[in-house]
Amino acid sequence: MMEARIDVYATHEFGGYRFRHGKVLPFGATLVDGGVNFSVFSSAATSCALVLFEKGSGEPLVELDVPPEFRIGDVYSIMVFDLEIEDLEYGFRFDGPFEPHRGPRFDRNRIVADPYARAMGGRDTWRSEPDWSNGDAYVHRSRVVLDDFDWEGDRPLELRTTDLIVYELHVRGFTADPSSGVSAPGTYAGLREKIPYLKALGINCVELLPIFEFDEWENSRSHPATGEWLGNYWGYSTLGFFAPKAGYAATGSLAMDVDELKTLIKELHANGIEIILDVVFNHTAEGDHRGPTISFRGIDNATYYMLTPEGWYYNFSGCGNTFNCNNPVVRGLVVDCLRYWASEYHIDGFRFDLASILGRDPHGAPLANPPLLESLAYDPILSKCKLIAEAWDAGGLYQVGSFPAYGRWAEWNGKFRDNVRRFLKGEPGVIGDMAARVQGSPDLYADRGPGTSINFITAHDGFTLADLFAYNEKHNDANGEDNRDGSNDNDSWNCGTEGSTDDPGILALRLRLTKNAIAMLMFSQGIPMLVMGDEFGRTQNGNNNGYCHDSELSWVNWALAEKNAELLNFTRGCVALRQAVPMLRSPHFPNALGGDDRDADIDFVGTSGTGQDWAGWNTVLAYRLTERGREEGVPGDEMMVMFNMHWGDQYFGLQPPAGGGGWHVLVNTAMPAGGDVFRRLDAPAVEGPSFLAGPRSVVVLIAGFGS
Amino acid sequence: MPLTIDSSRSGDRAVIRLEGTIDASSAERVRQAVDAALADHPAWLELDVEQVVFMSSAGLRVVIFAKQKEPDVKIAFRKPQPPILETLKKTGFFSAVYVIGDEE
Repeated sequence: MMEARIDVYATHEFGGYRFRHGKVLPFGATLVDGGVNFSVFSSAATSCALVLFEKGSGEPLVELDVPPEFRIGDVYSIMVFDLEIEDLEYGFRFDGPFEPHRGPRFDRNRIVADPYARAMGGRDTWRSEPDWSNGDAYVHRSRVVLDDFDWEGDRPLELRTTDLIVYELHVRGFTADPSSGVSAPGTYAGLREKIPYLKALGINCVELLPIFEFDEWENSRSHPATGEWLGNYWGYSTLGFFAPKAGYAATGSLAMDVDELKTLIKELHANGIEIILDVVFNHTAEGDHRGPTISFRGIDNATYYMLTPEGWYYNFSGCGNTFNCNNPVVRGLVVDCLRYWASEYHIDGFRFDLASILGRDPHGAPLANPPLLESLAYDPILSKCKLIAEAWDAGGLYQVGSFPAYGRWAEWNGKFRDNVRRFLKGEPGVIGDMAARVQGSPDLYADRGPGTSINFITAHDGFTLADLFAYNEKHNDANGEDNRDGSNDNDSWNCGTEGSTDDPGILALRLRLTKNAIAMLMFSQGIPMLVMGDEFGRTQNGNNNGYCHDSELSWVNWALAEKNAELLNFTRGCVALRQAVPMLRSPHFPNALGGDDRDADIDFVGTSGTGQDWAGWNTVLAYRLTERGREEGVPGDEMMVMFNMHWGDQYFGLQPPAGGGGWHVLVNTAMPAGGDVFRRLDAPAVEGPSFLAGPRSVVVLIAGFGS
Repeated sequence: MPLTIDSSRSGDRAVIRLEGTIDASSAERVRQAVDAALADHPAWLELDVEQVVFMSSAGLRVVIFAKQKEPDVKIAFRKPQPPILETLKKTGFFSAVYVIGDEE
């Protein structure tokens, strides 16, 4: 055994700190024998200094100028020995030109954060008011992280994509309300306490709104009328791509946020639940030329950002700047980041916010073969990760169905949302589109399969499901922008009166439409996504842009789970049925050539039972799904799915199931609790050759097994 | 508050009695004490933390260290103060250790 390695001795000393030339890779701060290795890139700097702090102290411990001989290429690396890493914070001071018209915006007076910082200080307790008096001080300090978490054999679950049932949630909003009853509201630990609830709901994947470190105080303000605090609650504005949001950890102030998050992930996995992160690589928190210099701008502005020929910031994100993702250096950072989260945090997949930006070249033009998207699609470490694109951006690119996918990328299916919303209201002219949506959108994803289609009706951005049927118009006054923000195209319907009501007829209709929506999600091919609280009627009082609210408006009110138990039970029932009928989760489209035994064939049978009427005015759609059969002698499942979006009753003719056994009712949204959803084993038989579906209802039948 | 460490052994149980504050500067001494205790292969490692008023992440990491070094050794905290118990719970270490009170 070697007593002492000879490659880790100090060659330099300054101010009592011993150091030497570091390793250029990996970037960031890494623990090495007896010290910490720091490595950072800048192509335009004239010098670099490493600034070390003791946590909480305003004055640096020491500032170490990185000697010129420590630079290789454009990378400065320095290894420093004998550091107390638990209390260590660091940053860099770069010198270089300030020539915005050419690109560089160096500021020698600022200390900037490491682009690879594994943890960040400054915001480690949620909404703890910053000290505004110290203006330009270095706030978002980089920290060193230990990778010694005990995973107890855990690894990403690698569930089959088409088996996923996704639940989108905001870590804070999910349990912040006292009604959540958890011991650490609004935190990773709080979410961990709700795992039994998620399991009982039946979902097997949570998609977390951004948990990379961000500043909830960014653009914070008081509502002009109410005085309410408004800030960056959603978190779509990244400070550090490698650092978890410390303020989401109950133990953030103890610098245990990494462990708390990893514990959450380990326990979700132990319960069969995957974790997808909503990641924001399209822009950073530095904004445009008026924004703060936190990291990238002060390190290599022209590399990290898309700039106009005059040196202004392109704004394809709608947030001031655009991250220059197809620059090879930036691309490397994105790939390193995702590899880090997949390997160090066991993350199962990523949903890319405004992903179309990732397919633009450094001048903003859409690329036919974007290097970043290709790199991610073929990355050896990410090969089992789910990659999901929000296939549009704020610069006008809309690529649902045409996102450069390399056979690998899935998409938020915006057309599913739009078509289903219009169909649910009983609008004519959408049954043709609906025929494609229920099949997993083969019109959009013919070469990729239904696992490409993330089917959703609501998302964090927009109305909640309950509000979709309670409001014709958005009501965003609480955002303090005179109701100008948020989408105006919601395809919503208030069912007769705007907002809350005690009219039993309207309430019953709203509940039925909500159940119809849940049923359409759960019985369509593709991957269904629910939003937190939609399963029991969460409302934002008609606000369709809750990004700035850290309050009851945006939090889940768990009292509704009891109040709206009927909807919750219905949702649970539909989720369970999706799990119980394999052909709904097939990785191949219905009627696919070849395929597997458990694939489905589909026949659109309409109200006659023999053929669908495709007339544009028609608002009734019915189809039959037939599983191709299992082993010899065991018949496959057969289902009848009937959508009567018309305001009157509708008879549907039934052809008997090919395998015999007669039809049994799984779902009938025209029926009250107790009759609206059944387990397969309890499904009541249908009498006679037709079925009378109530107004605006969804009915799902299944063939009984030989009984 | 300085940290005092008192190690002893009774049967299959190694006991480390701690008093004071466990932070980044004192955690290394705790780690050495744990290391020494584990060298005797006890069945139980008991950390008596009744008189510990504060334990930082550095202190918690000593527990991780012990568990990773000797996964078969059962680790117990004796009478942790409420804030320490809370931290154990929130970070998830609670499920990996035993917490004991007066009765044992």
